[in-house]
Amino acid sequence: MGGSAILVAGIVVLKLSQVAAPALEKLGLVSYLLGSDWDPVSGSFGALPFVYGTLVTSAVAIALALPVSVGLALFLSEMGPKRLRPVVGFAIETLAAIPSVVYGLWGLFVLVPLLRGTVEPLLGRFLGFLPLFRGPPLGLGFLAAGIILAVMILPTIASVTIEVLKTVPPPLKEGALALGATRWEAIRLAVLPYGRPGIIGAALLGLARALGETMAVTMVIGNSPEIHASLFAPGYTLPAVIANEFAEATSELHTGALAGLALVLFGITLLLSAAARILVRAVARGPAGARA
Amino acid sequence: MNSKKTLVALAALLFAAGTARADSLLINGAGATFPAPLYTKWFAEYHRLHPELAFNYQAIGSGGGIQQITNGTVDFGASDAPLSDEQIAKIPDVVHIPTVLGAVVVTYNAPVKSLKLTPEALADIFLGKIATWNDPALAKLNPGVKLPDTAITVAHRSDGSGTSYGFTDYLSKVSPEWAAKVGKGTSVKWPVGLGGKGNDGVTGLVKQNPGAIGYVELAYANQNKLPLAQLRNKDGHYLLPTLASTSASAAGVAMPADYRVSITNASGKEAWPIASFTYLLVHRDLADAKKGEALVKFLWWATHQGQKDAAPLDYAPLPAKVVHMVEKTIESLTVQGKPVKIATK
Repeated sequence: MGGSAILVAGIVVLKLSQVAAPALEKLGLVSYLLGSDWDPVSGSFGALPFVYGTLVTSAVAIALALPVSVGLALFLSEMGPKRLRPVVGFAIETLAAIPSVVYGLWGLFVLVPLLRGTVEPLLGRFLGFLPLFRGPPLGLGFLAAGIILAVMILPTIASVTIEVLKTVPPPLKEGALALGATRWEAIRLAVLPYGRPGIIGAALLGLARALGETMAVTMVIGNSPEIHASLFAPGYTLPAVIANEFAEATSELHTGALAGLALVLFGITLLLSAAARILVRAVARGPAGARA
Repeated sequence: MNSKKTLVALAALLFAAGTARADSLLINGAGATFPAPLYTKWFAEYHRLHPELAFNYQAIGSGGGIQQITNGTVDFGASDAPLSDEQIAKIPDVVHIPTVLGAVVVTYNAPVKSLKLTPEALADIFLGKIATWNDPALAKLNPGVKLPDTAITVAHRSDGSGTSYGFTDYLSKVSPEWAAKVGKGTSVKWPVGLGGKGNDGVTGLVKQNPGAIGYVELAYANQNKLPLAQLRNKDGHYLLPTLASTSASAAGVAMPADYRVSITNASGKEAWPIASFTYLLVHRDLADAKKGEALVKFLWWATHQGQKDAAPLDYAPLPAKVVHMVEKTIESLTVQGKPVKIATK
């Protein structure tokens, strides 16, 4: 089974490379990866705006989703009334089952008008000194995509975190409580450090989904290949541009450049999961030191 | 399960699917999404008339259609844009058969009942040079109309599409600056604005953003009753787009024998300036005797009897002048080197 998984991944990369190679050769690998101009008409293709958009939206998503998910998981496994737990758990699982295009529609009809009319003007007024929150409030853009992604990856992170917290041996917490720790201190000093590698793993699982999400993102990000510091600005992501442009890309250079983007995305996820493994291993070895 | 077993099972499955319809003749096609609703109707209708014949059409986009006919994996392709010389070099015996016409129209979201635009003003809006509704250039074109002082938000297609091709082809013809800075294509580098996926995506952007302006297909605009801008055509008349004015633009252009011509900015009093053909692509000589003959007969039917299905679905039928030309082209198609006898009624 593991063998066939590697085989399939290998075939995918090989096929994509075959399609991408002539274009990448013609464009030059460095100027392709670091170029910020994407102009199918003149045949100039740079991947940077899409890499930037993918990373920024995923970062926003993780920054919003991680604290909420961990809070939810703690609430469900440690604090919340027992009778409420299955209800909230069911609600989280339902979130995971909603198709991404539905999230996209919700984003378009509910989230984007809310951002444009209320949230972005307020952020601009009070936090406008940060370059992140400047510019006209369009509604569509990095922020909208990041928030949608946060909602989408929340169930993944939360449900894995719940499972992780279940594995914390009760004596650890009981010991902390017996030593006079408050409930919050017991969580902070005993439960969370023990669960940390698992929580990081959960976050990376969520991040992987955020990186590859296509439909919901393309519906709310504004789809313009530009690099802006402001989260209010429209952007573009790797999967979105591939899905948008591939069907009607008629020149070999264009299809090759799009296949190249697929390889870049593959590379990013690969790097990420490698980093995840290293991080989880390092943290897993850590708790003894962390507790001391 | 090991990978070999999986492969065998998969192969068996594919084989079963391939032979399932062996009793009837199946003609495979792939390509443009824009005419897909009409083609689906045509194929259903034609199948009703000729039950022994079935069509399988995959609306995967013009690029995919061109690629598949070039690779020989389908019997016919479909494309919204004619093939470039570079593409024809790979499939030199390709024949374009125009089937119907589509038009691109301009829709907007501003408290203005009737909006008049010149080609120059439209290009300047999409270049970002006209950025507010009460810009003097727009005020001059719309005397007596109270234009708001809101900013203009440009909405364009984010997915590659024949609609964008038609629109940018037109802007390239009427604005030298557009031609130099942006050019024409199914995907281009838009100077300003937001991208929405599909006609519905662009419409959503326009409806939600006060002050927005965008372009969609005429069929989509008609079905959704969107507010449309009047555009000044080449002869200097302000027009609202209709199916008739779309067909008229095909009549106002000198047609080359291979139909590879842009009909945007056509002359003619009644010609809506942003129109384009959509094509079926076939080989000049068809290799499969049975399928070839059936396909040639279908093409004749589609460009004659099939044309009456166009208008109810908001596609503009071919003008008579073009139909006459297409007759010659279809008659010139051969199957294994021999011409096909077509019942021409």
